[in-house]
Amino acid sequence: MQRIPQQLIPLIIMIVAIIGSLITARTLLVPDSFGDLGHYRADNTGEVAALELSYAGAHVCADCHDDISETKRDSHHSGVACESCHGPALAHTEAPDEFIPDAPRGRDGCLLCHGYNPARPSGFPQILPGQHNPTKACLICHAPHDPQLPHTAEDCSACHREISNRKQVSHHSSVACTECHKATDEHRASPRIVRAEKPRKAEVCGNCHARGADSSREIPRIDMDTHGGRYICWDCHYPHFPETNL
Amino acid sequence: MKNNKPQMARREFLENCTRKLPGFFLLFSSLNTANILAANENDDYDHSAHEYAMGVSIHKCIGCGRCADACKRENKVPREGHYYRTWIERYIIPADGEAIVDSPDGGIHGFPEVKTGGDVLRSFFVPKLCNHCANAPCVQVCPVGATYSTEDGVVLVDDTYCVGCRYCIQACPYGARYLHPEKHVADKCTFCYHRITKGLLPACVEVCPTQARIFGEIGKRSSPLNRFARFNDITVLKPALNTKPKVYYAGADGEVR
Ligand code: HEC
Ligand code: HEC
Ligand code: HEC
Ligand code: HEC
Ligand code: HEC
Ligand code: HEC
Ligand code: HEC
Ligand code: HEC
Repeated sequence: MQRIPQQLIPLIIMIVAIIGSLITARTLLVPDSFGDLGHYRADNTGEVAALELSYAGAHVCADCHDDISETKRDSHHSGVACESCHGPALAHTEAPDEFIPDAPRGRDGCLLCHGYNPARPSGFPQILPGQHNPTKACLICHAPHDPQLPHTAEDCSACHREISNRKQVSHHSSVACTECHKATDEHRASPRIVRAEKPRKAEVCGNCHARGADSSREIPRIDMDTHGGRYICWDCHYPHFPETNL
Repeated sequence: MKNNKPQMARREFLENCTRKLPGFFLLFSSLNTANILAANENDDYDHSAHEYAMGVSIHKCIGCGRCADACKRENKVPREGHYYRTWIERYIIPADGEAIVDSPDGGIHGFPEVKTGGDVLRSFFVPKLCNHCANAPCVQVCPVGATYSTEDGVVLVDDTYCVGCRYCIQACPYGARYLHPEKHVADKCTFCYHRITKGLLPACVEVCPTQARIFGEIGKRSSPLNRFARFNDITVLKPALNTKPKVYYAGADGEVR
């Protein structure tokens, strides 16, 4: 048997020592599951998945509040989750008497969604907070779990929702549809057969905006003969949302 | 010539060592595979059987900020300060000039009127969050492997392993990451990983009143995402960067960045 050359023995010891210390260092420093699934610690996925929840989810509330859930299901707020208004309530579902969720009774809670903002989609029901029954709580007139319009708004809004929602927050919010349009009951029954009338002449606007018109003093006046030149009023002003910064 | 030969062999030996050693280490680490199975408390859940994604309809968003609020509460994101995992941006497109984009408090307290000086052509809201890119730049730059893509396509941060170097925050083209002020690690949206793995919706989707946010799985017929993708023109943010985002936008116009 050939002997290992003497000069190699310290070298081998050194290499073994280095490899040994590297392995120890690696097992100590690199976490257990690192590299199992990729260049990361696989255990972390389970740790993140096990984090604590706060929101219970839409279906849980119905177990105990079946009456409210049913009312809401058929209302305009059917798409609004309970916890969207009441905040996270998982703790409440586990201990209903100890943890009681907030109920946003003030105007601000509703205005978060319904306050007028020009960036909102124009079909969404919005109100001008300063003009829509200011100082009164919304809950006096609208139930949060089944918000209704106390008297059926103007019938026209049933079908012309976007126009009516837009007019609602415009300078023309107080002007009824029928001030400008003639729409018979037949139009409401069979709208495509019996058409409603659209204004044809500027006089419709002049009834309120002409210099000598017999209308409320706050309404801004223009000179019907010269203002707008040869164009008809609604070439420039959208009648359901008239603006002056054209 | 003759003298050179043993030298070559020694070099080859050293080269072999450097090449094979890492493999040796890897062998060592694979002895620990059993651990991940134990760590996963939800045994029925199969991570590799899912691929999550989100859809956002811009024309449905009313900017009420309930999503940004719910996200902070669900994920215990610091309440004060500019830390958001999801937030809402308001775009104001003036008749002439550059688009104005703002996001006061992430939109949680609504959007006060702004004076733009000129005329406004149109205005809309854009909810933003981590895009969970399939080609995530943040994952590529992380020096320690603390941020990664799970098997179900969600990009997560390992907060016990992150060293807080901020490379990922710099690398994210969507500004979706922030440095957690107390934990001093990178933090961002997880698609509410702790909820979706239990079959619940992410908190932001849960509270959205107009269903502007849709959550689902790619390639599942029954997923709401499927119909969302069929009936809308879909875009992703900054497609030119080839990050392959998994947050799809409907109704995003050319101004959205
Ligand atoms: C396990 C049954 C149970 C479940 C599930 C449950 N609740 Fe309740 N909830 C109660 C009880 C009981 C009360 C009455 C507590 C009291 O007044 O002491 C209550 C009261 C409330 C109140 C009234 C607070 C007030 O100001 O009077 C709200 C709001 C509420 N629940 C919301 C929710 C929401 C949202 C959910 C779903 C996430 C939910 N609850 C799920 C049992 C439940
Ligand atoms: C649009 C916001 C909104 C939504 C959505 C909503 N709530 Fe409420 N809820 C309120 C407000 C506001 C009050 C306070 C009503 C009052 O004081 O008259 C309230 C009161 C309550 C109360 C206590 C008073 C009562 O009427 O018995 C319970 C319980 C409750 N909500 C449960 C629910 C549940 C369950 C859901 C989901 C099915 C839900 N809420 C959805 C806003 C909301
Ligand atoms: C989280 C957002 C949100 C909050 C908060 C909210 N709503 Fe609503 N509301 C909606 C949505 C969404 C609709 C349905 C809109 C639609 O049908 O297009 C709606 C519809 C309505 C309608 C019907 C309007 C119409 O023309 O059809 C009324 C009235 C209403 N809400 C009143 C309230 C009141 C009062 C409160 C406060 C207690 C409130 N809302 C809080 C989201 C909200
Ligand atoms: C004094 C009763 C009263 C109060 C208080 C009140 N409303 Fe109304 N609200 C009405 C009536 C009446 C209508 C329907 C007629 C109309 O369109 O103006 C209405 C309509 C609405 C509509 C539908 C608008 C549309 O375009 O379809 C919304 C949304 C609304 N209210 C929200 C609120 C909110 C939010 C508050 C609190 C900030 C509030 N209301 C307070 C009486 C009230
Ligand atoms: C039952 C639904 C319904 C109701 C209620 C309704 N409309 Fe209409 N309206 C329609 C439809 C549908 C059309 C479109 C007809 C068409 O294009 O053939 C229309 C068209 C119109 C037009 C446009 C006509 C044109 O020539 O382009 C006006 C103006 C109008 N409606 C006004 C009103 C007013 C004002 C009211 C309320 C007094 C009202 N409508 C109520 C369904 C309705
Ligand atoms: C200040 C007058 C005025 C009021 C108030 C008004 N309209 Fe109009 N509306 C017009 C004029 C003018 C046109 C014609 C616009 C055109 O031809 O371009 C029109 C057109 C329409 C049309 C045709 C489609 C369109 O958008 O051009 C419908 C539908 C309509 N109005 C419905 C309504 C309803 C519903 C209401 C009430 C919520 C209403 N309008 C209130 C003046 C008015
Ligand atoms: C029934 C009366 C009435 C009719 C008809 C009417 N308006 Fe008005 N108009 C008003 C009132 C009220 C205001 C709001 C005044 C205020 O803000 O105090 C207004 C405001 C305006 C404004 C100013 C908006 C601003 O930014 O200050 C314009 C523009 C306008 N109307 C255009 C029209 C046009 C165009 C027509 C015809 C299609 C028309 N109006 C028909 C009552 C009317
Ligand atoms: C060529 C576009 C154009 C036409 C057509 C036009 N307007 Fe105007 N209107 C404007 C502009 C621009 C302003 C704001 C600047 C100003 O006050 O002159 C304005 C302002 C107004 C105001 C607000 C005035 C004030 O003092 O606040 C009213 C009311 C109005 N218009 C009504 C009408 C009526 C009614 C008609 C149809 C006879 C009409 N406009 C036609 C462009 C037009």
